[in-house]
Amino acid sequence: MTDSLHLWLIPLLPLLGAAINGFFGRRFSRQTISAVALTFCGAAFAMALYVATRFSSLELPHTELLAHWIRSGSFMVDFEFYFDQLTLVMLLVVTGVGFLIHIYSVGYMWEEGGFYRFFSYLNLFMFFMLTLVLAGNYLQMFIGWEGVGLASYLLIGFYFTRDSAASAGKKAFIVNRIGDFGFLIALFLMIKHFGSLNFGQVFSAVSLQPTEAAGRGLLTSIGLLLMVGAAGKSAQLPLYVWLPDAMEGPTPVSALIHAATMVTAGVYMVARSHIIFDHAPSALTVVAIVGTLTALFAATIGIAQTDIKKVLAYSTVSQLGYMFMACGVAAYSAGIFHLMTHAFFKGLLFLAAGSVIHAVGGEQDMRKMGGLKQYIPWTFLTMSAATFAIAGFPPLAGFFSKDEILARAYAANPAYWFIGVTTAFITSFYMFRLWYMTFFGDYRGATDHGQADGHGHGAHGGHGDPHESPMVMLAPLMILAVLSIVGGWVGIGGRFEHFLAPVFGEPTASVATEAMSRSTEITLMLISVGAAFAGFLLARLLYQQRPDLPQKVADALGGFYQAVVHKYYVDEIYATLFVKPLVDGSTRILWHGVDQGVIDAAINDTADGARHVSDVARQMQSGNLRSYAGWVAAGGALVIAYMIWMGVR
Amino acid sequence: MVPVSYYLVLSGILFTCGVIGFLIKRNVITIFMSIELMLNGVNLSFVAFAAHWQKLSGQVFVFFVMVVAAAEAAVGLAIIIAVFRTRETLNVDQVNLLKL
Repeated sequence: MTDSLHLWLIPLLPLLGAAINGFFGRRFSRQTISAVALTFCGAAFAMALYVATRFSSLELPHTELLAHWIRSGSFMVDFEFYFDQLTLVMLLVVTGVGFLIHIYSVGYMWEEGGFYRFFSYLNLFMFFMLTLVLAGNYLQMFIGWEGVGLASYLLIGFYFTRDSAASAGKKAFIVNRIGDFGFLIALFLMIKHFGSLNFGQVFSAVSLQPTEAAGRGLLTSIGLLLMVGAAGKSAQLPLYVWLPDAMEGPTPVSALIHAATMVTAGVYMVARSHIIFDHAPSALTVVAIVGTLTALFAATIGIAQTDIKKVLAYSTVSQLGYMFMACGVAAYSAGIFHLMTHAFFKGLLFLAAGSVIHAVGGEQDMRKMGGLKQYIPWTFLTMSAATFAIAGFPPLAGFFSKDEILARAYAANPAYWFIGVTTAFITSFYMFRLWYMTFFGDYRGATDHGQADGHGHGAHGGHGDPHESPMVMLAPLMILAVLSIVGGWVGIGGRFEHFLAPVFGEPTASVATEAMSRSTEITLMLISVGAAFAGFLLARLLYQQRPDLPQKVADALGGFYQAVVHKYYVDEIYATLFVKPLVDGSTRILWHGVDQGVIDAAINDTADGARHVSDVARQMQSGNLRSYAGWVAAGGALVIAYMIWMGVR
Repeated sequence: MVPVSYYLVLSGILFTCGVIGFLIKRNVITIFMSIELMLNGVNLSFVAFAAHWQKLSGQVFVFFVMVVAAAEAAVGLAIIIAVFRTRETLNVDQVNLLKL
């Protein structure tokens, strides 16, 4: 038994920071708040690095017990930590990218109200995310899972005075509940059939089961339910609708939660549960199909968005689709690899977009940007690195991970590969569209904007030309830019896959890759690079050389273009199919029918009845002395009449 | 010897006159006098029975009633004067502040 690494410290440190800032931050200066937040987040990162150095001496998987929690007969759940190669990768990505985004946020949020609240939430998010990643059983994972949902809700609705932000937060929370419902049922099934939620015990129990061939059975059900949970958290079809709306939150939040870390929790969960999926091929196929369709679907929506953050949001959904596609073809390590590189370049894209928004005084509409290259050169450079990385240009990070996924998808089913390459082309197109619209051409925004902007950058409202962000924001951009460039190199020669091989078992599918002839592999690679390049050229043609063309293309496409601009009317369809019936049903049946018709009516009618009886009885209390005397006389006469009647009888 | 039933009928007539006067009169003094009439109607039946059964207790009771009536007249007239001073009326229909 290796000695303890005190893994519990890693999540607890950010929680401490959240508590200090949350309880006392109101009285702190901005400097103190940022110092507290950065110290505790940085300490978690340092702990993660320390753990990484001790990594080679560990017996894996390494588990640590913190405390007993639930003991009910033979069923036990403990607070425990599970540590293996997959955990290490996630740990470094979450703490590393998280720490960089914390630094960036200091600059970005400096002039915003609620500074302490923001950092308290951000640290709270780190706590829950690290709990999720380090969890030793599914219940603890679920705590983190719900917790990041809570933090996401709080941060999306950070500008809670704005109605759209408040409802975006609620939407994210409610849509996630649908997924969580599936996750919970999966947990119940595990408790019922395996009697445990502990990773080790569940996995060994599952590995004893035969592979389920048919589309029905316990493991398939668990797998599909887990996928429902993952689709909610990781914004896959059909539950992706919350993520684009989540862009209402401050930009660092979009970078941290809705690009780099939280939304990848679903991928992590599927990869962590890979044994279950390995034994349920039908569930795995569903994962692959959902991922593939989401990748294509979201990418096409991204083409027509004009809000810079919305483009990136749909891009995130699309890239998450890639990760699920990888998991769906049992190439878990490729999925995790893409998760990691995506955290680098998408985190960077969001942060750079934040820097752009900062520079132009809170404007998010790309049609009002343009020509920013000369105003904000550092942001331009770093964003270019990320754009080329996500588009899949070699030798940047996105190329390696995306190519890995596409190769494995090809080995599994060329249809996945074809859709994947198409998506890669679209991805490249919309990213360079964003790039050209933002940085090239002439500046289309008003240089003396007096208009109040939507993002609380009121302090910048009166400034003139776009200006470069402060160093505290640029430094994280540069670090992430370097990572976006070199981050993919760890995957050269299958080293990353080899590193994760002990977690995911024998890389069975890599045998398939090797079986694929060298020439096929190179052809595939050339095609995907060609797709990226074609996207680049098309964007260059439409948005650099012939700026009049996009409108003509849009006109030519007509109805289809309108459908894309309106995001295929998915929100409207959901509103008609689910939201409206629910609201109407609640209004008519539950509110008007049950609440008002039964409960309120019962109480009100009782009260009304009592009042009517009293109204009649009240007439006797007329205040007229003679009528009182009349009643007394009548009563006396009645008594006498009774007595006489009794006497006669 | 006059039969006792004659006295009782007269007592009943007096009492009924009192009740009717109480009910139909609005002037508080008249009402007050009606009460005296009722009391005296009762007193008449008391003394009639006392004479009939040759028992003193009926006559003693009449004295009690007269004492109470005198006390009641004193208190009642004081109240009536107080009411008249504040309300400037003796009409009971206008003395109705106690109603809901």
